[in-house]
Amino acid sequence: MTRYIVHRLLQGVVLLCMVAMIVFFLGRLTGNPVDLMLPEDATAEDRVAMIKALGLDGPLYQQFFIFVGKALHGDLGDSIRMREPAVDAFFSRLPNTLALIPWAILLAMGVGIPLGVLASLNRGNMIDRIAGIFAVLGIAIPGFFLGILLIFVFSVQLGWLPSGRMGGPEHYVLPVITLGAFLIAGFMRLVRSSMLEVMDSEYVKLARIKGLSEFVVIWKHCLRNALIPVLTLWGVFVGNLITGAIITETVFAWPGIGRLTYEAVIYRDFPLLQAVIILKSMLILSINLAVDILYAYVDPRIRLA
Amino acid sequence: MRRAPWIPICIISTMIVMAVFAPLLAPWSPIDQTLPDKLLPPFWLDGGSTKYLLGTDAFGRDILSRLIYGARVSLIVAVLALTAGGGAGLVIGIVAGYLGGAVDNLLMRLVDAAFTFPAILFALLLAVTMGQGLSTLIIAISLLLWASFARVIRGEVLALKQRDFVALAQVRGCSSPRIMLTHILPNVLNTFMVLVTLNIGVVVIAEASLSFLGAGIPPPTPTWGLMISEGRGRIADAWWVSIIPGIAITLLVLSVNLFGDWLRDRMDPRLRQL
Repeated sequence: MTRYIVHRLLQGVVLLCMVAMIVFFLGRLTGNPVDLMLPEDATAEDRVAMIKALGLDGPLYQQFFIFVGKALHGDLGDSIRMREPAVDAFFSRLPNTLALIPWAILLAMGVGIPLGVLASLNRGNMIDRIAGIFAVLGIAIPGFFLGILLIFVFSVQLGWLPSGRMGGPEHYVLPVITLGAFLIAGFMRLVRSSMLEVMDSEYVKLARIKGLSEFVVIWKHCLRNALIPVLTLWGVFVGNLITGAIITETVFAWPGIGRLTYEAVIYRDFPLLQAVIILKSMLILSINLAVDILYAYVDPRIRLA
Repeated sequence: MRRAPWIPICIISTMIVMAVFAPLLAPWSPIDQTLPDKLLPPFWLDGGSTKYLLGTDAFGRDILSRLIYGARVSLIVAVLALTAGGGAGLVIGIVAGYLGGAVDNLLMRLVDAAFTFPAILFALLLAVTMGQGLSTLIIAISLLLWASFARVIRGEVLALKQRDFVALAQVRGCSSPRIMLTHILPNVLNTFMVLVTLNIGVVVIAEASLSFLGAGIPPPTPTWGLMISEGRGRIADAWWVSIIPGIAITLLVLSVNLFGDWLRDRMDPRLRQL
């Protein structure tokens, strides 16, 4: 078990180094990174000072080590626009995103899993068809357009819900639906196909032969096993959530890390963007690592493979 | 056999015709501003006229004309990104699958990494460092595509490798590049075409999302994503500015996905689980 964890941890470190290298070299691709990192009203002295601080007068590999060294000390540069350390900006916004995500996951599971089960039980008939149309639509509507559509219907036309910004519970409804929609269709399709597979298996036949009620067979024996492939795609869902958060928070002016990413792009705030990307990568890798270790703990086949 | 999806095919054809013949079809310039005519509603609403069938935006530009030219941008981006990203995935999938061993191991690790990190982050980074534009957008979307292509193609190649005709070619002394090119490649082209079709929707949504986030093709070039984004602040008094292009995107993606599903079932039912 320890070997497995160490192995996965090393993999994570290698990936993180790759991300850091990509960010570092892209920043230097277009000439002098100082131009990307200084505000437009910076003086010549500021320029010289920054060139010294980043070691830009040295060779490239040396610059990279300075970059990594600073990053290890939690210094990823200062945001141009906010004039504060980019790392601080990220962590002050993170709680707002974390406030949104559990509800979105809950919604996606609450809708996606039952729909997937229903579709698989009614394979080929009307319910399956309707669920299928729902899934296809869910994939076809771009997330940001869904958000705008929801604002148009529920805020502008009906006036039921606020169209953005953080606030009381009513402020959560539309952003949570928009963010959850990034997962629902995927959950549904996966649950449906893996339910169909499981329902064909020997142990389900045995459960039926034993005379268990259909309810127990479906929801306990089938669904439990059908959820395993859904869980293995956890990494993909985390990625979807990160992408979804950028778009959802932009549409609803939600002050989280997704919105922060968008602001870094439109204000061309390169130091902020580079910090956000590295920190998000760390976040993604830690979540994946934690889930993998949890798996290996639960299912010995994984850690021995 | 499932019936051919005629409605989606009609919608896709219409959009392609719009894209190809944009200068002939568009009643107005998609870029020139006519400020006195700003924010006019579509013809079926009060205050709308047949002069601007789908209304105008905040700069008095005709929505219909921008929609028609926007189809052109979507089509160009789709063709280029699928060629670049899909092509890269095809080559990597064939090489990894056929050569196996360390090469396969390394390439598949890269594929796993690409699945772990949301491509949108790199796309945004590219837009800031390289500047917005068509080439940046194509690179960004290719980054999003290659891994899923590579993974599926590799799987196909692993199965093909066991077939007798490959063994025969090896016995006859064909070199690896030659086998990959003349024996493996033609046999995965069907799968490749299905993947391309199934990914058109992904590209269209990615292009629109990046435009929306300020990392796509810069204004004033009309793209559907940009149109939605520009109308966002006016959703209360001029909904048509963003809702109409949004419907266009949804219709197109829905159509190509339904068409892709049909094509997949026809050409290669084994790909069902995609």
